[in-house]
Amino acid sequence: MQVFHRSTNVLSRFTIFGGLFVVAGLVYGLYLVNSSPYVTQQGVAKEQPIQFSHKHHAGELGIDCRYCHTTVEKLAYAGMPATKTCMNCHSQIWTNSEFLEPVRRSWRTDESIEWTKVYDLPQYVYFNHSIHVNKGVGCETCHGRVDLMNVLWQKPTMQMQWCLDCHRQPEKYLRPRQFIFSMDYQPPSDQLDLGRKLKEEYDVHTRVTCSACHR
Amino acid sequence: MSVETGREYYGVSQVPPEIIGPGQTFETVTDRISQVVLTRETPKGWFIGLGIALMLLMVFIMSVSMLLAYGTGIWGLNIPVGWAFDIVNFVWWVGIAHAGTLISAILLLLRQKWRTSINRFAEAMTLFAVSCAGLYPLMHLGRPWLAYWLLPYPNTMGMWPNFRSPLLFDVFAVSTYASVSFLFWFTGLIPDLATLRDRSQNFFGRTIYGILALGWRGSARHWERYETAYLLLAGLSTPLVVSVHTIVSFDFAVSVIPGWHATIFPPYFVAGAIFSGFAMVVTLSIPIRKYYDLEDFITLKHLDNMARVMLATGLIVAYGYMMEAFMGWYSGNTYERYMVYARIFGHFAPAYWALILCNIIIPQMLWFKKVRANLAALWVISLVVNVGMWLERYVIVVTSLSRDFLPSSWFRFVPTFWDWSTFIGTMGLFLTLLFLFIRVLPMISIFEMRTLVPGAELKEELHEAPEASR
Repeated sequence: MQVFHRSTNVLSRFTIFGGLFVVAGLVYGLYLVNSSPYVTQQGVAKEQPIQFSHKHHAGELGIDCRYCHTTVEKLAYAGMPATKTCMNCHSQIWTNSEFLEPVRRSWRTDESIEWTKVYDLPQYVYFNHSIHVNKGVGCETCHGRVDLMNVLWQKPTMQMQWCLDCHRQPEKYLRPRQFIFSMDYQPPSDQLDLGRKLKEEYDVHTRVTCSACHR
Repeated sequence: MSVETGREYYGVSQVPPEIIGPGQTFETVTDRISQVVLTRETPKGWFIGLGIALMLLMVFIMSVSMLLAYGTGIWGLNIPVGWAFDIVNFVWWVGIAHAGTLISAILLLLRQKWRTSINRFAEAMTLFAVSCAGLYPLMHLGRPWLAYWLLPYPNTMGMWPNFRSPLLFDVFAVSTYASVSFLFWFTGLIPDLATLRDRSQNFFGRTIYGILALGWRGSARHWERYETAYLLLAGLSTPLVVSVHTIVSFDFAVSVIPGWHATIFPPYFVAGAIFSGFAMVVTLSIPIRKYYDLEDFITLKHLDNMARVMLATGLIVAYGYMMEAFMGWYSGNTYERYMVYARIFGHFAPAYWALILCNIIIPQMLWFKKVRANLAALWVISLVVNVGMWLERYVIVVTSLSRDFLPSSWFRFVPTFWDWSTFIGTMGLFLTLLFLFIRVLPMISIFEMRTLVPGAELKEELHEAPEASR
């Protein structure tokens, strides 16, 4: 007496071949989830303790990046402005604005404003702003059109393949040093030629060894 | 070899070295083998054996849990000895696995009929040994949950594994080996699973074996496809016998560490693998044939043949040791010469001389047919060879690393409790799988054994006249 009828053979054949597609599909599905904004936080606007608008300050008023992020050319860390930096202007203008109350409180109590990090790099990655800025990588290349963002969001995926895209072929993204801080720079149509020239001039190397970033 | 010449060879007083006992018919073969799984009461010894195996498995689970909780620091290895018990045991287990594939694939292609009764459990042994072996590199990673990084898969890092590294070849070699061995074993099981399905007394058995038998009805078309598939898989497995341990040896030989950087490594590793694999098959088959009354199926002829394979591969291994020492001296390289000296006279000398004793001197007793026919002696020798082959890997891996180029960084490796418990634990895993296999699957291929029954032989002789004289 047999438990299984002959027709179940179709089922087993289907299972064998179907299994392969299911496994392949699962792997690809995981890849999609891992590259989605749900995991990477790409394009997700972050709420901040103060309703600060980069669009207003950097775009409409045209304040230079370095006015607030003072150490970007010299240190690994670009630098967050001290409350004093805010108060340079806001002790004179918008002094009664409700939006600025947290700044004034910080000024009174001597307690730092706790901003929410938008570009949060894992601890096992070494990153240095100054070397990038000094070798022809513009702010906008990684951070996007900050001058058009009211609330800041992360432009790239910040995944390793994104880092390596430039580290393997820096000429794709290099720009002349005088345009590092300009937001509306348009790369020329012969970017690769220009990039190769700048690579030579600024002594830029491809850096793809593990220990370049994982020190 | 016919019965007559076998008798002459052994002398009339001893058991005739046939590959199947006298008086067996199709019925008795099927009954004898399938009853172990289906009807016969499970012997007490099996429960005791499984109990011990499970206890050792607990040791393994405990050791792995400790490893995951505290990291590889619980082991005795440290730079420069970055590879120690984990790699020694990996190579040892992979080596043991080789006998199964050799028996099933190469001996099938060479039409060595005596393989029939031992191939099933030798293949099972291969699978279980590879499972044990495969766990070691994963544990060695330190962060086993990232083991999938070893595979080339679409990832967000924009990286491939390093295809130029033998360590990556190893990933492919061992995983291919495991999957092909599994397919080969399972394909060979299908007709027997159908037999178990048909003979099973209860619904549970009929369902499980029914699913596993994949709708086998034993029609001519099924058999024709089966034969083709089995031969193809044998062809696929054959290069694997040589390639897997060759690539394992590349892990060492491609590096520039003195004592590792030698061209003799691939053939010498492969011979060592077959040597230890056959030793393990002998170690397991002697008690199994006794406890399950399978002396008619696994006969003295089988054990004799396996002992001869051990002797031959053991001699190749001995040649390997000689060449290793000779090349160390002949290279004229200070470091190579020192490594030979350190192994033979250094503080690892006891391990070195023990391995020479176990792998070269004691197996020489297999030249004598009386020793080969003495089960107790054969069993002890097979155990000694297992130990010797483990020592060989220990000497290769640990001595070379602990005495590298800079005397200031020399390090004396001392295994910790967790080194030993992990090793003994994998034996528990191996034995647990083996005991379960013996209980739920036919440990000898039923349908292939039936082709050895005298009745089946006759038909074949009628069809293939030239072979009748064999």
